[in-house]
Amino acid sequence: MRQVAMEKIPESYLKYTQRKVFIICLLLFLIFLLGVYAINVGAAELSPLQVLLTLLGKTEEGPFTIIIWNIRLPRVLAAITAGVGLSVAGCVMQNLLRNPLASPFTLGISQGAAFGAAVAIIALGAGSTHSTSADAVIINNPYLLTICAFAGAMATTLVVLFLAQIKGVTPEAMVLAGVALGSLFSAATIILQYFAREVQVAAVVFWTFGDIGRASWRDLGIMATTVGAALLYFMANRWNYNALDAGEETAKGLGVEVEKIRLVGMFVSSLITAVAVSFLGIIGFIGLVGPHMMRRVLGNDHRFLIPASSVMGGLLLLASDTLARTIISPVVLPVGAITSFMGAPLFLYLLSRGYSRK
Amino acid sequence: MILSVDKVKFSYKSRPVLREINFKVNRGELFSILGNNGAGKSTLLKCLNKILKPQGGTILIEKEELLALSRREVARRLGYVAQRYESARITVFDAVLLGRKPHIKWDVGVRDLEVVRNVLEVLGLEEFSLRYLDELSGGELQKVVIARALAQEPRVLLLDEPTSNLDLKNQFEVLRIVKKAASERNIAVVVVMHDLNLVLRFADKFLLLKNGTIFACGGMEIMTPENIAAVYEVRVAVERLADTPVVVPL
Repeated sequence: MRQVAMEKIPESYLKYTQRKVFIICLLLFLIFLLGVYAINVGAAELSPLQVLLTLLGKTEEGPFTIIIWNIRLPRVLAAITAGVGLSVAGCVMQNLLRNPLASPFTLGISQGAAFGAAVAIIALGAGSTHSTSADAVIINNPYLLTICAFAGAMATTLVVLFLAQIKGVTPEAMVLAGVALGSLFSAATIILQYFAREVQVAAVVFWTFGDIGRASWRDLGIMATTVGAALLYFMANRWNYNALDAGEETAKGLGVEVEKIRLVGMFVSSLITAVAVSFLGIIGFIGLVGPHMMRRVLGNDHRFLIPASSVMGGLLLLASDTLARTIISPVVLPVGAITSFMGAPLFLYLLSRGYSRK
Repeated sequence: MILSVDKVKFSYKSRPVLREINFKVNRGELFSILGNNGAGKSTLLKCLNKILKPQGGTILIEKEELLALSRREVARRLGYVAQRYESARITVFDAVLLGRKPHIKWDVGVRDLEVVRNVLEVLGLEEFSLRYLDELSGGELQKVVIARALAQEPRVLLLDEPTSNLDLKNQFEVLRIVKKAASERNIAVVVVMHDLNLVLRFADKFLLLKNGTIFACGGMEIMTPENIAAVYEVRVAVERLADTPVVVPL
């Protein structure tokens, strides 16, 4: 029966969807390859085979296993997790706010987190430096810093959501509100820094650079749980997001509770951003670049766009971090700078193409 | 009778838009809502789909109280084609598949795909199924959004100015499709339209709306020059030309 019915479905359509699944699988494979490579490269000489065997638990305890399990692997997994989270958050925000420029970075959430971190370091004494080189930064109290950064990010989110719900600001204008909030927080951070000691300023600047190496296994666990749960929620709502793409009234006509979907979706994507940023610092543009690359390749169907953007985000951040570690090794460049280097040209490209939602 | 509207009232803030609207629609009928801009036509259509919530009155669809249903349950019973819609970069097949949304639990089933294929065939859109929406002409796009609403398998189809951006050929084609769907699927179609000549040619029932109240409602007999002149504030003559009723402004 099923067979008979399937035959009536245009084969070309099935092929077309299979192609999308294939691209996602290909990206997953690329992540795996790059992951092994990223564990492999670095100051300590390892071979890819050693890496694979160690990951499978087939080698004896030794310095290699310690480097792999305690330093390289958490770093690689953190890069993938944060990349997935930031990218999928951007993808959903662009849909919910009906604005191609929406992302964790452009909504001011990252700047809110930076302000929180600055408060923790300068006003609450959570960190300082011994010298001017970034390596010597000491964060005395990472928990306090993370909590403050998280509070800053969520505060921004709540203001944006408040404007949307209570004051009736249109979704399109919410990105503008985010830009305003972003510069407000940046200004507040500058004022704080003005009254701070130079070691504290250095610590704030260092924190805002963004650094994947900060993540411990415990941080990774929290990030992975949040991102995993959010991904499930987003996938469950993929049809709702597709309906929203057809226009708000059409979506309502198709049975979508538009206001609820928008509020919860914005909250969840902000939560991912807040968690990622408070653990790793500011990493811009992943939420913009990841989804837009996949929109070009796969179109706007969220059944495929959500997983594809996630994987692309993970791949991009992992690639950026690996580049940051290796380009002038043994110096590790701030990964936030690398992602902005890639992201800014894309942003300009989007602007030059106009605001069309194609 | 499939749709029964009783004493429906709606106001934006304190400005009343609809007062005491009553009418009934039967199965297989093409029911048209007419009136000047701002008379409350689109508002009435949105009330019928619970996109706007009326402040008073009842709407019954097959004896069920519409306002008590969830949005998803409403979407399973009524299809709605908005006046404005956006064409995202998705294929025609996926755009029509979206119409199955109210019926889909987690993923698309074989039946969903089959319904879509069938609707595409009925509307002659098969050859477009893998084209992107933003590559279509206005007429094709209008057919796609109607196809989407039909894929919902609704009992009542609500159309807000389905022909306003179309050329003559496509105007006729779209209305023929809609009329055929109404009789073949035995569903009711409620349509808001401006072109009186098209309405006279295709609609079975007419509702003349003026300042948020019903001026007249019924069959061909209410479409008199006097009624039309009173509602549209333009003097007209209603004539028959080649056996088709036409309205001519004087």
